[in-house]
Amino acid sequence: MDSRRAARAVIDPKVRQVGFFTPGAPPERSHSSPPEALPKSSSPLVSDISPSGNSPSPVMIPPPRHFSDNLLLHTRPAASPLRGDSIIAGSYNSSSDFFPAPMSPAPSSYSTKAVGEGQFFDGIASPGRGIRGNAGKVASSFPRGGFDLTAMRANSVPASELTTVSVVNDPLVIAEKDKADKGGGLTVDAKEQPSSSKPQNEKKLTKAERRAIQEAQRAAKAAAKAEGGKVSGTTTSTNAKPAKASKPSQKIENAPVAASEKKGCDRPSEKDRKKDVPQPRMQYDDKSRVDKAKRRAVVKQTEARNRVELFRHLPQYEHGSQLPDLAAKFFQLDPMHPAVYKVGLQYLSGDISGGNARCIAMLQAFQEVIKDYRVPPEKVLTRDLTAKISSYVSFLIQCRPLSISMGNAIRFLKSRIAKLLLTLSEAEAKASLQSDIDRFISEKIILANKVITKHAVTKIRDGDVLLTYGSSSAVEMILLHAHELGKQFRVVVVDSRPKLSGQLLLRRLVAKGLSCTYTHINAVSYIMHEVTRVFLGASSVLSNGTVYSRVGTASVAMVAHAFHVPVLVCCEAYKFHERVQLDSICSNELGDPDVISKVQGREDVNYLDGWANTDNLQLLNLIYDATPSDYVSMIVTDYGMVPPTSVPVIVREYRREQLWI
Amino acid sequence: MPDVQPLVNGFLSQLKKRKIEGSQATAKQTAEVLRSVISQQRLPHTNQAGALIDAVRAVGEQLIAANPVEIAVGNIVRRVLHIIREEDLSLATDAIAGLGISAGSDDEDDVEQDDHPVLSAAAVAAAARSTLRPPSLQTLLEDMPDSAAVPHTSSSGGESEGKSRSDKGSRGRKLKHDVIEAVNDLIQDISTCHEQIAEQAVEHIHHNEVILTLGSSRTVLEFLCAAKEKKRSFRVFVVEGAPRYQGHVLAKDLAARGLQATVITDSAVFAMISRVNMVIVGAHAVMANGGVIAPVGLNMVALAAQRHAVPFVVLAGSHKLCPLYPHNPEVLLNELRSPSELLDFGEFSDCLDSASGAGSLHVVNPAFDYVPPKLVSLFITDTGGHNPSYMYRLIADYYSADDLVVKGRTTAGS
Repeated sequence: MDSRRAARAVIDPKVRQVGFFTPGAPPERSHSSPPEALPKSSSPLVSDISPSGNSPSPVMIPPPRHFSDNLLLHTRPAASPLRGDSIIAGSYNSSSDFFPAPMSPAPSSYSTKAVGEGQFFDGIASPGRGIRGNAGKVASSFPRGGFDLTAMRANSVPASELTTVSVVNDPLVIAEKDKADKGGGLTVDAKEQPSSSKPQNEKKLTKAERRAIQEAQRAAKAAAKAEGGKVSGTTTSTNAKPAKASKPSQKIENAPVAASEKKGCDRPSEKDRKKDVPQPRMQYDDKSRVDKAKRRAVVKQTEARNRVELFRHLPQYEHGSQLPDLAAKFFQLDPMHPAVYKVGLQYLSGDISGGNARCIAMLQAFQEVIKDYRVPPEKVLTRDLTAKISSYVSFLIQCRPLSISMGNAIRFLKSRIAKLLLTLSEAEAKASLQSDIDRFISEKIILANKVITKHAVTKIRDGDVLLTYGSSSAVEMILLHAHELGKQFRVVVVDSRPKLSGQLLLRRLVAKGLSCTYTHINAVSYIMHEVTRVFLGASSVLSNGTVYSRVGTASVAMVAHAFHVPVLVCCEAYKFHERVQLDSICSNELGDPDVISKVQGREDVNYLDGWANTDNLQLLNLIYDATPSDYVSMIVTDYGMVPPTSVPVIVREYRREQLWI
Repeated sequence: MPDVQPLVNGFLSQLKKRKIEGSQATAKQTAEVLRSVISQQRLPHTNQAGALIDAVRAVGEQLIAANPVEIAVGNIVRRVLHIIREEDLSLATDAIAGLGISAGSDDEDDVEQDDHPVLSAAAVAAAARSTLRPPSLQTLLEDMPDSAAVPHTSSSGGESEGKSRSDKGSRGRKLKHDVIEAVNDLIQDISTCHEQIAEQAVEHIHHNEVILTLGSSRTVLEFLCAAKEKKRSFRVFVVEGAPRYQGHVLAKDLAARGLQATVITDSAVFAMISRVNMVIVGAHAVMANGGVIAPVGLNMVALAAQRHAVPFVVLAGSHKLCPLYPHNPEVLLNELRSPSELLDFGEFSDCLDSASGAGSLHVVNPAFDYVPPKLVSLFITDTGGHNPSYMYRLIADYYSADDLVVKGRTTAGS
């Protein structure tokens, strides 16, 4: 959708002027303008755009950064000198304001178009950045220039699945697994393994991926032939590294164009499209893939015997068996960094829960990883580290599926790694990554929370009765802050089984001197009569305005809606995601079903003892649900208070920027 | 009378201590207590019906006061009162018919009945014999003066006293006997209403259906099992229903009977409702406006069902039909249960002490929810399926307008 939209915007300059994407368009045009570029119109985007190129548009001023950044390696500047100038002129003030100089490339990310563009440049200029462009999707892959395709291939796998649960593919993981005698089944693995310490590469390619790679190779060859000398070092950079979706036809068409050009225009469109359609998640009812994933798994997971039919597509494992299993394996998992291992265990045991806490724990573990990281000989930091991180991520996923916020954070980290300048020394690179992580934590999570608190507190008045559900760190901060400000209000804490996290919140609030009412979720329509505002936390806000949050949130919001009580959702913008979801079934997380049969603190409720595993009786423990946007009056984020309809705007306009902070 | 008192007191204390809960149990026991009250009641020669009514009322008032939330108790008291009136009326009409239609035509009562004397007498008698089958609309309209007929029976009794003194004793015994018969029928109905409701199950459940229910209701269990016996295969999502977690019991029973049951948490209702074809729940009581007093949490379920256009079906035996219109039912027809069901006192005892300077903590644990009639798609009672808007009419069949306020009358009388 973005690509189309952008294209239209380009056609009508005035429209473009208004939006954020304005900037994006020009670079696109710039590409098309060079004479050689014309034929390449293979991608629909480009063709759409080219006419616009002719139309005068005072506004189209691409961000300066690309240019400057790219200058180093750029083969291309000659192609469109004018463009280059215009770019520098930069209408992008806002973006530039946002980003301090070092992050110069950031602006490009602003507009969807621009992103593609940025990527284009990047592709040429510095392979690292090209990756970044992909990061949305393919974060882990680093088509570093000059790498051979096999390498890329290896990377591409984990990359493609990054956002999904199946990152399991990780090379490292496999390697370990082999060590653990598990991987024997895969002949390929066995073969490849010895070949290089880093060998993991081709083993877990799916057919489609392999085909894509071949096509890419072919395309690259064709391009090389056509271009001959033109192919400077940049060409190799080729990130031709084709994401799976890339079509050979396009590539071939492009062949006549300078390789660099080809990449530039081709990839953006490709990428654009892909980026905006989030990767399909791993579907656990797909037998073959599940088997594959299982073979790779570090953590031995026994599948729950009695699964609910409706949720076959979600991973559902016997809980309890993993922890000891994992603990026993500690010494076999040598590639696993202890910090990551610890965090994984904490996820598994539920010691760390809550979106922010999990995210911060993960990032800090990665910081440790980076601190202790040494680039192995004959490896490149960006590539090797990304692979490592990917393997850790897959390990964490096995402990507990990632939350969307964690996915975003990982995406960020990988993009930072990919973007590291080659010129940096190892120590510098590590330091910069660590400070990046620090900044992500402080800016995107901690500061964001503060800003949210500041916004939301203005909505609390004396005499209010505020209802909250479960335990949200953002809501807790808001309540405490409002209390500190001396506002007189009462809090209703609604809780639900099986986590009963509301009790923890209740305890903290009461300790701080707030007057609280505690009840369970069934009684919410009883208590709603007296409530004046509902504050809810969220695990994620999806771009159709759906609030993806702890199960029960939707019910509370629905009842509040029925009683005409405003619902305020507090969510940091780094948790926004461009995925859309209509129900709570398609994607969710299943918790341990056994906790349902036992009621904490109520020994008298034991009706289900011994029934948990009968064929007719199943227990379903959903973790999340999706609140339709019409139940939400307002979303409080670090960008201000917005209606749910504005979420896609924030996702689109600010999302990229996250990759750049 | 003294023989009954311990029985009544025993039941009263059980009600007060909430030892007996659930509308069916209380309804049945109420009917039994009232039956013994009636059988022990010594009837005067005049105004026997009036005496019975007063006695039943006196006891009924105590019972209702003992646990106002058990609406079924009040319903049964009213039902019994209604039965007495009906029986008395039918006896009177029988007597009149026996005396000859021409006799006693000076009664206003007879003036009205003149139009269809035979028919209405038969109808009333039939209605009295089986309370289940409601009187026809016509007789009901004629019954309206029935309220006036109560005091009036005394006068007619006085008249007939002179006419047939020998008749008297046998008639008194007959009234009591008939009433007790009718109350027995009522008890029978209460215990068999499941079956009658369950008979309709196949009409409402189709193959492969996904049904959601909350809490535990015997009626629902029987209903689902009846459909299962008819070879329908379907799946049931059982919401566990905090704070009592009766859903666990229901799920277990369903599974034991071979149904596919899935227990979900209360919070997952909204998530799951979109995949549900029908919500079938039991009720605690059905009010005259079609609103439902139900286990806590059902309002949420009903709202979710409405959002996803899922039919919300309430099963209710006739003893759950209450002739009153609710006012602020969430509060007035509710009961707050012990906080210990939600919070462990040991853990939070320090917080509960508001004097300590820390914030205060209240725990709200209501027992019931009120589901407004607009959220209900269908009521299935032992007489068939009905719209919420029709409930007032259905309910009118079981009660006479005189008895709606049991308490006010008695206090005024005594």
